[in-house]
Amino acid sequence: MDVTDPSAETLKVAIVGHVDHGKSTLVGRLLHDTGSLPDGKLESIQAICERRGVPFEWAFLMDALQAERDQGITIDTSQIWFSTARRQYVIIDAPGHKEFLKNMITGAAAGDAALLIIDADEGVKEQSRRHGYLLHLLGVRQVTVAVNKMDLVAYDQGRFEAIEKEYNAYLSEIGVTATHIIPVSAREGDNVATRSSAMEWYDGPTVLDAFDHFQVVTQPEGLPLRMPVQDVYRFDDRRIIAGRIESGMLRVGDTVLFSPSNKTGKIRSIEAWNANRPPMEAPAGHSIGFTLEDQIFVERGEVVSHEADPPIETDVFRARIFWLGERDLSPGNRYTIKLNTAEAEVRVQSIEHVIDTGDLSTAPSDQVERNGVAEVVLQSDRMLAIDEFIDVPSSGRFVLLDGYTIAGGGIISMDGYADQRQLTTVRASNIQRVEHAISADARARRNGHVGGVLWLTGLSGSGKSTLAVALERRLFNLGYQVYVLDGDNVRHGLNADLGFAPEERAENIRRVGEVAALMSRSGLVVITAFISPYRSDRDRARRATGDRYHEIYVKADLATCETRDPKGLYAKARAGEIAEFTGISAPYEAPDQPDLEVDTMVLDVEASVESMVEYVRGRFDSGTTSDVTETSNAGGR
Amino acid sequence: MDHLDALESQSIYIFREAFNRIGNIAMLWSLGKDSNVMVWLARKAFFGNIPFPAVHIDTGKKFKEMYEFRDRYVEEWGLNFVSGDCPPVEDMDESLPPAARSAARKTAGLKTMLEAQKWEGIFAGIRRDEEGTRAKERYFSPRSGAGVWDSKDQPPEFWGQFNTDFPPNTHLRIHPLLHWTEIDIWRYTQREGIPTVSLYFSKDGRRYRSLGDEDITSPVTSDASTIEEIITELETTKIAERQGRAMDHESEDAFERLRADGYM
Repeated sequence: MDVTDPSAETLKVAIVGHVDHGKSTLVGRLLHDTGSLPDGKLESIQAICERRGVPFEWAFLMDALQAERDQGITIDTSQIWFSTARRQYVIIDAPGHKEFLKNMITGAAAGDAALLIIDADEGVKEQSRRHGYLLHLLGVRQVTVAVNKMDLVAYDQGRFEAIEKEYNAYLSEIGVTATHIIPVSAREGDNVATRSSAMEWYDGPTVLDAFDHFQVVTQPEGLPLRMPVQDVYRFDDRRIIAGRIESGMLRVGDTVLFSPSNKTGKIRSIEAWNANRPPMEAPAGHSIGFTLEDQIFVERGEVVSHEADPPIETDVFRARIFWLGERDLSPGNRYTIKLNTAEAEVRVQSIEHVIDTGDLSTAPSDQVERNGVAEVVLQSDRMLAIDEFIDVPSSGRFVLLDGYTIAGGGIISMDGYADQRQLTTVRASNIQRVEHAISADARARRNGHVGGVLWLTGLSGSGKSTLAVALERRLFNLGYQVYVLDGDNVRHGLNADLGFAPEERAENIRRVGEVAALMSRSGLVVITAFISPYRSDRDRARRATGDRYHEIYVKADLATCETRDPKGLYAKARAGEIAEFTGISAPYEAPDQPDLEVDTMVLDVEASVESMVEYVRGRFDSGTTSDVTETSNAGGR
Repeated sequence: MDHLDALESQSIYIFREAFNRIGNIAMLWSLGKDSNVMVWLARKAFFGNIPFPAVHIDTGKKFKEMYEFRDRYVEEWGLNFVSGDCPPVEDMDESLPPAARSAARKTAGLKTMLEAQKWEGIFAGIRRDEEGTRAKERYFSPRSGAGVWDSKDQPPEFWGQFNTDFPPNTHLRIHPLLHWTEIDIWRYTQREGIPTVSLYFSKDGRRYRSLGDEDITSPVTSDASTIEEIITELETTKIAERQGRAMDHESEDAFERLRADGYM
């Protein structure tokens, strides 16, 4: 390709690796050997080194800050340009010192590809591995490895091969294949821009050749349309919705869906200033603006898609994060999440485990420290429109703000969690609620108590069904209108069409929540006995019922439940016969602040039921209840 | 995606991000080639309207061609134009070398304007490929209340997420052209037909590659008298762009000192 062609491609290569392994030196050598340095640059670096009384230092080419030169260390990332016959390159130098990892991330994330440098003498070090791991997490998919300072090990083939073997093993464990592993000496210029005569045993490409082998990162074909709304402008009579097409293609005449508001509109025009003719379509990467046929209210943060392949809507998801914050990340901590143009408050629901980027082991932990990597579950205050990183990278990643600063980034997985779009979308239109002629008060007067839902949640085997049935008996005897909705029973009829995948479990609970809400409005005390592992599902049930929803946490830990195993389900799950079994292979999110907690590891059935009856008496009995209760006591024998 | 389209799209995204996230904002317009591209990109970002002022910090020592250019395009482009004066060189830090001391007037003029206008953020058309400390900049670069750039502790910036939230009294520099190169600027100027000051084109075998104050800016030897010829020249030249800007070369740290104090 001709670089004089303005459409010539530009490829960005991030240079990463452990501190002092020779990143800046290699960049200097590369620019020098390709004749890319401006006149006088070499001499000016020489003069600077002489003035400072230090040997010639290539690093001074990019380490432009006085603090960097004084300390002989790269603090911040920098960029420099050069061209080969094939194309233009932007070299992104990234600091290798652990203390400046935030700057390394800033640089490396911008790369289409990366060159990871390992010192032949020192071998694979902490940041060699961490940087390799982070490249993958950041979405940089092309990596070439340079084993540098071969001159220090007498250009020894055995030493090179040992490092090659060790580092390849690490990369393959994280699912990365290096495009090349090259023995080089940046100081001497071996295998940088020209082949080395000192290493006849190596017949692979030079660093420069390897650069030319990298591919420019293009959007994969066939990704769904995603345009996060950046702003809405009304500078004149046009109402322009502005944003960047992150993936897919938008065309005039398309019907588009805005998530999470779930409004739709038809594209009337794509607006452009100083264009020869108005654009009819906008492909990925373009910052555009469009108008709609009909005016609907949409805001920054909504995601534009086609109706057929919308983003996921959820308020809870799993993420693999890297943490840069000064303060540790801990469960319960709240942060602002930025997902493209959307912002919301999130809470760390749990840390699943932290990942040691050295040996890739995982361990449970109560905090993620600065520069750490972990798998976490985040819960948002509101519904978010997201994608899984593996499906649509640009809308499957986010940053977290601790206070004012970006303190971490992460990629999204929905493993074990449901898309809630179907659950929250009202399909039918033209529906109006019927006004009942009988008031809730009138019903309460007749029954002597108000209606409501006692929502029992807990692991399988915690005692929900047993307690529900016993409580129903007690309350019935006390004169309450009461009915139990039990998991297995509901699945025989109302929910016979549902299986156990996350979406189906969520729908199961949604229906139960709605039925319970209706029954409670009829004046009944409804007891539900469902594992209902997801907080978001229970919150939806709470919203369906309103104030009369009471969450009761039937508490028993996994070990206890597994010992009880009344239905033999844990044994089957452990044997792998049941997939997605709560507590074993699917999450259980215990309530943060249940209205009542019944610990069945401490209380027997009678005591448990008693504590619930006590709770009901205080809260369900209406004004006339006292005499009714007496009556029912009398009738209760 | 076409290279220039990609550069343009990124700049537009940054303009819109800043306009949405930062309250009171303005754009520096130095009348140079980069500045004019920046104005052009702002017009594209906001569909022909620039919803903030274009500010010229006037040292009073620009070339007459630059002033003529300014007067013409304020009118033609319909800019909300604001001009600010600079204090005399005698008021500047005496420890700076002469040209840097002269250039420091612009920083002082800018600070006075910021104070008076209460701008929380300003767009500046610097590029990474111009100079080593600019190469280390962020798109959204915070400055302390006193205008100081803490180059040793810049916030992370990745995945198109910019730092737009700051404690009170922080001031932001936004750099929509940071990822452009000199040759990109000329190719885009050519493609879009953006007007430029005539000093960039060769006259008597010399032309200016970078424009500043008349007394501390010198031309380079060149026969390039059209944009095409400038592009051809840049493809092969080994002369650095800011070779003719005296304040860059007086001492190793002069330019960094200027920038740390708030120079663009």
